[in-house]
Amino acid sequence: MHRFANPGRFLRLARVLLPWFAVASVLGIGIGLGLGLFVAPPDYQQGDTVRIMYVHVPSAWMALFVYTNIAIASAVALIWRHPLADLAAKASAPLGAGFTFLALITGSLWGKPMWGTYWVWDARLTSVLVLFFLYLGHIALSSAFDDPQRGRRAAAILALVGFVNVPIIKFSVDWWNTLHQPASVIRLDGPTIHPDMLWPLIAMALGFTFYYLSLLLVRLRSELLESRIRALESSMVAEGRAPRLATAGGEA
Amino acid sequence: MKRKHRRLSFVAVALLAIGAAAALVLTAFEDEIVFFYSPSDLAEQKTPPDRAFRLGGLVEEGSFSKGDDGLTVNFRITDLANATPVSYKGILPDLFREGQGVVTEGQLGADGVFVAREVLAKHDENYMPKEVADALKDAGHWQEGEQSQ
Repeated sequence: MHRFANPGRFLRLARVLLPWFAVASVLGIGIGLGLGLFVAPPDYQQGDTVRIMYVHVPSAWMALFVYTNIAIASAVALIWRHPLADLAAKASAPLGAGFTFLALITGSLWGKPMWGTYWVWDARLTSVLVLFFLYLGHIALSSAFDDPQRGRRAAAILALVGFVNVPIIKFSVDWWNTLHQPASVIRLDGPTIHPDMLWPLIAMALGFTFYYLSLLLVRLRSELLESRIRALESSMVAEGRAPRLATAGGEA
Repeated sequence: MKRKHRRLSFVAVALLAIGAAAALVLTAFEDEIVFFYSPSDLAEQKTPPDRAFRLGGLVEEGSFSKGDDGLTVNFRITDLANATPVSYKGILPDLFREGQGVVTEGQLGADGVFVAREVLAKHDENYMPKEVADALKDAGHWQEGEQSQ
């Protein structure tokens, strides 16, 4: 893992991977939406409303997946002081918040015609809302300090404490009776979803994953460049050349 | 012990402690986190008295009827062990039908009839095209009661 701790090596790797990830993301989301909206059959109970699932379920998976990544990256950053892990956690948080928001909104739009309400305070919906606030807290905390290093450390601790929410979300529908239905795809006795509906879902999930990875690479690259600029600036201040070059930095 | 190892064990112990705390809290609140009570809970008087609560289960087959005013509907909610009569005045969700899982919110009247203010349909985890559902029904592999608790 420490092989990739070298930012220069990471930047070279990112340059090679990014186009592939971007293409995979466009293909996955394109195929998933095409199959989900036009090819997949309507559900026997929900009719065409079932198509909301092709966005809702992958976003909800991503919300949990991205948070798990942030928690792992935070642990690596706190324990091994891995320089990229800190930045990866910081760069992931807004993406995860976006996926969580998408899952909440699409779920709400599905809930109105199917359940008869936009929102209920059952264990699943409430715990996902808590996840959304954890993301927002993480974003706020990581930029709340003048010293970015301290901010990221505080955010890493929040991410690890909040990780307890992830298994609660996953199993909330099994532990308590909720209005939200139990898992259909990731369950011990196999999916309870027809294959014609499962394939678009899987394509969307892959597309979303590569979308996240692409944006993560882009965001990580800009975080790295930003910290490089900051390091340059501070070394110039130390050398007494700051005023002239600080304006040059501003133009670039 | 190297500092790295000390940090590792500190994080591990802290995570275990937080996990244990969360588990204890959730176990303590287990009865409070339920979204709805079942007719059996009602029969065992586990539901909060004199207060609105949610009652959930399946709409009993053959129990649905419309009131004389054309607005009130009456049906029974069952968990296949006990059943409770419910009356409701309002619009029912699309998924509402006999055999379907529903969650209703309201208050228990003195006559034992649950007067619902709101009726929500509970969707189950099965997703399939209509043809498959029909084929399953024809083949006799279909039990309405199985799809929800």
